[in-house]
Amino acid sequence: MSDREETPPTPQDIVRRILAGEQVELDPRQRMTIDRVAMPEEDAEVRSHSFEEVNLGLTEHMAVLEAERCLQCKNPKCIDGCPVRVNIPKFIDHLRRGDMAGAADSLLGDNALPCVTGRVCPQETQCEGLCLRAKKGTSVGIGSLERYVADWAQAHPEALTRALPIARNRSVAIVGSGPAGLTAAGELAKRGYDVTIFEAFHAAGGVLIYGIPQFRLPNDIVEKEVDRLVELGVKIETNAIIGKTYTLDELRQRFDAVFLAVGAGLPVFMDVPGENLKGVYSANEYLTRVNLMGAWGEDSDTPVLHGQRVVVVGGGNVAMDAVRTARRLGASDAVIVYRRGHDELPARAEEVHHAEQEGIRFEFQVAPIEVVGDEQHWVTGLRCQRMELGEPDASGRRRPEPIPGSEFVIACDMVVVAIGTRSNPLLRATAPDLAVNEWGYIVSDEHGMTSLPGVFAGGDIVRGSATVILAMGDGKRAAGAIDRYLTTGSAAEAAEPVSTEAPTA
Amino acid sequence: MYPIAATEQLSPNVTRLVVEAPRIAQIRQPGQFVIVRLGPGAERIPLTIADTDPEAGTITLIIQSVGKSTTDLVALRPGEAITDVAGPLGSATELIETGHAVCVGGGVGTAVILPIAQELARRGVRVTSIIGGRSREWVILEPELAASSDVIACTDDGSYGRPGFVTQALEDVLAAGDVDAVYAVGPVPMMKAVSELTRGFAVPTTVSLNAIMVDGTGMCGGCRVTVGGKTHYACVDGPEFDGHQVDFAELADRLTTYRSFEQAALAKAEACKIPALAVKADKATVDKATVEPTR
Repeated sequence: MSDREETPPTPQDIVRRILAGEQVELDPRQRMTIDRVAMPEEDAEVRSHSFEEVNLGLTEHMAVLEAERCLQCKNPKCIDGCPVRVNIPKFIDHLRRGDMAGAADSLLGDNALPCVTGRVCPQETQCEGLCLRAKKGTSVGIGSLERYVADWAQAHPEALTRALPIARNRSVAIVGSGPAGLTAAGELAKRGYDVTIFEAFHAAGGVLIYGIPQFRLPNDIVEKEVDRLVELGVKIETNAIIGKTYTLDELRQRFDAVFLAVGAGLPVFMDVPGENLKGVYSANEYLTRVNLMGAWGEDSDTPVLHGQRVVVVGGGNVAMDAVRTARRLGASDAVIVYRRGHDELPARAEEVHHAEQEGIRFEFQVAPIEVVGDEQHWVTGLRCQRMELGEPDASGRRRPEPIPGSEFVIACDMVVVAIGTRSNPLLRATAPDLAVNEWGYIVSDEHGMTSLPGVFAGGDIVRGSATVILAMGDGKRAAGAIDRYLTTGSAAEAAEPVSTEAPTA
Repeated sequence: MYPIAATEQLSPNVTRLVVEAPRIAQIRQPGQFVIVRLGPGAERIPLTIADTDPEAGTITLIIQSVGKSTTDLVALRPGEAITDVAGPLGSATELIETGHAVCVGGGVGTAVILPIAQELARRGVRVTSIIGGRSREWVILEPELAASSDVIACTDDGSYGRPGFVTQALEDVLAAGDVDAVYAVGPVPMMKAVSELTRGFAVPTTVSLNAIMVDGTGMCGGCRVTVGGKTHYACVDGPEFDGHQVDFAELADRLTTYRSFEQAALAKAEACKIPALAVKADKATVDKATVEPTR
């Protein structure tokens, strides 16, 4: 027996022993032999009829095994890929030593919404894309590890170190409770500010609850993240529309600083004939009816059309969410129509992959030109034309151009338009001094400050349509800038970077 | 929570709900609406604010019960509460400053013209209100309107006031020649008929469109209406528009989007009373209750 212990374990032995719960000392060479742990998924056929989560999450031993793949680089690139700069190697190091509370404290110190980002971040283009191991195979599954630790933290609130902020006696209003607003609220509350979030809807979470479907991000996960902020002392006023219920000026009088994170807003339609036929939805409306209003379930009074043949126009994450929702609501034919090709799809790779698994059909290099209807004005089809890719445009992407004579009709009874949003006019209607650009998005400087002193902005209302994590990055950056603004009178950073670590008991 | 201060039944299916909503009561202008959500699982419904009492901190909602959601709302009693009331939403009515205005209200639409008539009268505008209903018990708010305007009440069956439709009374008033503006709110066919009539007299006409909406802040785009050949969002661009420019046929059509859900809900509600006769709604296409927003 002692002879066998001298022999180095095979890669299979390492995996087997870690999955059995054993602590195994590994050297970097041995770490490199471990293959990435696949995220367990619900069966594609089962989930095509269910709003339960697709990704089931790693088990503890799977998470430790995946954590053992991390090489703990001295100069970790992954952190540079993260818009909120999570210290990734640090929480992974706690995790692999089985110190879940330490991992959770570390992660939550950097990221106010890890349960969310662990599920919806485009990791492949951020942290995981820069992971050293991605160069020689597959990156560490940072997203699934983040999700594991974050879910553990939600399940074990008693094990977490409580932040004990020093009350600052200064107040901050946050407009909007989406990813930017919640992140800023968390960061500011941890620093001791008196934070009030104003939310237009009846529930907090913004796009995390009205937009992203349950099968990707369950609403109860978001609710618990919001509850954690409330425990930190954040106040939330729902049914409060800034520009209607209160003006920006009123908030400026009542609060020492304001962070505008209202999201984008108005859906863009295609501007083709037939767009007001019955059966044409914006993705915003369709997803809000299903997700926020719960129209997918039995106990909701809100109706939603259950299309049997559904076409979704667009290629982003919202389009994937809409088409997969339609599938779950009974569509036998659920189609994505996108004017560029597969490789140009802006959606996260995992969403496209999951959509393909669920039998979603893709029509690439196709653009809609008319919604066709019957005498009762119900949608019966989407007339399209095929496109070819021409010269690269300003964004560097090849511009699609129509092929003459290529028109055809996709038969359908529902069309969902998911081609983006415009800025919402309500806020700026009562805030004429707030500088906006030609598209109506709020102009802010490198610290997130707008043209109005003490008023900061971030997320989609500054960027146009972007991602959850970029909005969170804006929220975190603005929180730092607001802190500096309220303590030093200037949003600019001091020579020494201000620590974002929460004071702990 | 927004407690109910008082309720009163105005007609067989129209109820007045006075709701505590101090902030909205303080700042609301005529023409604006709120979105209410009774509680968990309930729809968000747009309702025009018919009146306010800033001192008491209350707003008045006048609700026609035509489906499950509105029936649930009007069943509320003082002491009970609505979970969510968001607003005030939409733009304020653009009102004339002087001259003679005619306010035309059909059915529950009379509730929307009440604050308009009140504000016009406050500005010193001479106001004639023409209100209508199927028969006597369907004519609402006559005493309230009489406080600020000359009221012509009409009933389809002639059981009260002037027999016939509001448009017939309006035609006579227009023929007198001194009308500067018309404000008309009611069922889509009524607003369409009024707008066609006033077009002939070249009298500017404002209508309030009760499009289907979810958020009321421009986010969902469900309330899109065609006005002057262009798509507008009733919630942020309206709800009031130039009646001579509105595509009423499209509006009427879009309002039928969820009609099959509505019928299924009524069938289900009936079936609940006699479980043995439960009607099985076609789950694939119809399984929810809805109402057209009543405003």
